[in-house]
Amino acid sequence: METLFAISVMVIKMAVVIGVLLALPLPLTWMERKIAAHIQQRLGPMRVGWHGLLQPLADALKLMVKEDHIPEKADRLLFTMAPIIALVPPFVVFVAIPFGDTVTIFGTPVTLYLTDMNVALLFILGVAGIEVVGLILAGWASNSKYALLGSLRTCAQLISYEIPMGFAVIGVIMLAGSMSLVDIVNAQSGWWNIVYQPVGFFVFFVAALAEAQRIPFDLPEAEGDLGAGFHTEYSGMRFAFFMISEYIIMVLMSVLMVILFFGGWHASLIPLPGSLIFLLKVCFLIWVFMWFRFTFPRYRYDQLMSIGWKVLLPLSLANILISGMFFA
Amino acid sequence: MTQLLTDYLPIIIFLGVALFIAAALMIAPFVIAVSNPDPEKVSAYECGFEAFDDARMRFDARFYLVAILFIIFDLEMAFLFPWAAAFREIGLFGFWSMMIFLGVLTVGFIYEWKKGALEWD
Repeated sequence: METLFAISVMVIKMAVVIGVLLALPLPLTWMERKIAAHIQQRLGPMRVGWHGLLQPLADALKLMVKEDHIPEKADRLLFTMAPIIALVPPFVVFVAIPFGDTVTIFGTPVTLYLTDMNVALLFILGVAGIEVVGLILAGWASNSKYALLGSLRTCAQLISYEIPMGFAVIGVIMLAGSMSLVDIVNAQSGWWNIVYQPVGFFVFFVAALAEAQRIPFDLPEAEGDLGAGFHTEYSGMRFAFFMISEYIIMVLMSVLMVILFFGGWHASLIPLPGSLIFLLKVCFLIWVFMWFRFTFPRYRYDQLMSIGWKVLLPLSLANILISGMFFA
Repeated sequence: MTQLLTDYLPIIIFLGVALFIAAALMIAPFVIAVSNPDPEKVSAYECGFEAFDDARMRFDARFYLVAILFIIFDLEMAFLFPWAAAFREIGLFGFWSMMIFLGVLTVGFIYEWKKGALEWD
């Protein structure tokens, strides 16, 4: 009986996480277009549904039935595989994300996370890194100059910013003494980590913008100079895969920042359920991502690389040294 | 063993489900989407030009350098993670051991910088 209950709880939790992840890009695209419009004093999508609320559904339908052509010179197998490789890792990462603390349902404690590994943070950074393979395969397989150049840029950018990102979380791991995300959140029941690790947060935030390929670091798909970057040759559902993966990564970065630096589901002053607080913080950070997109211009490629290697990397190394001295 | 299983089994299941959904979404357009390719449509996009040679041309060796640098620092990160997790137990000795290691790497990094491996012009 107890095992049956545990298994059914697990199945329900998994279904909810997958369902939410699959559906999430729809409201996010709507939100992004509306935010863009209002920042630029326009109205944005208004025709389909009330204030364009059904627009994402129409878009999804269009992408489903649109012709999915493969360029004649492309490597057909890799061309088809690349979107899957780009989509699946950001998806799988969410298995290790805790969305709240333990709650009691029908007298049985239920954890609001699928698994609490002791290497969760390493797992997340590692698996999220696999996405790069999908992007570079997409550029290579397309056999188009824009796609190839775009994918080289993407690859160099993503791996360059993965390093400061990894270094930035070292301070957080030191504070919690653990790589488990639940432990990290519970270590922040008093002050949030951002108080102890402001430099770490800054580095992580900038690196997160670059990893999510958002402005000011959206070089991989700079419309002005590269067509659309690595997905120039993609259309229909395969193109949608790259879009979904991009949005999922943006959500992932927001979730990680909330867990690592903003105390996860802790907010001692506000009397709301923990998961709701968690959700509000994540929504706020997603909004910040979108707000940035319509506020900042894009960096040049050499500036992008020198920010990564010459500013963020030394800064994060110094941060490790100083936080180490502080806690030793 | 059961602990290990409850910790890691969800990952396998999740991976399976994600792959299944991705494959299903990938196959769906074959059934519902239109498909009538013509030579213009399936040629590589090049701003209206005929694509004049193969796209897999030579590219800047600095991309290669960045990848090499990435491997070095990524390995360093793999050392730092367990070090940080065990930081409270290893004390000052552990701290200074890692600092010496980081110092050696920083010397290499400065050399790289002075050599101009990080310049993009």
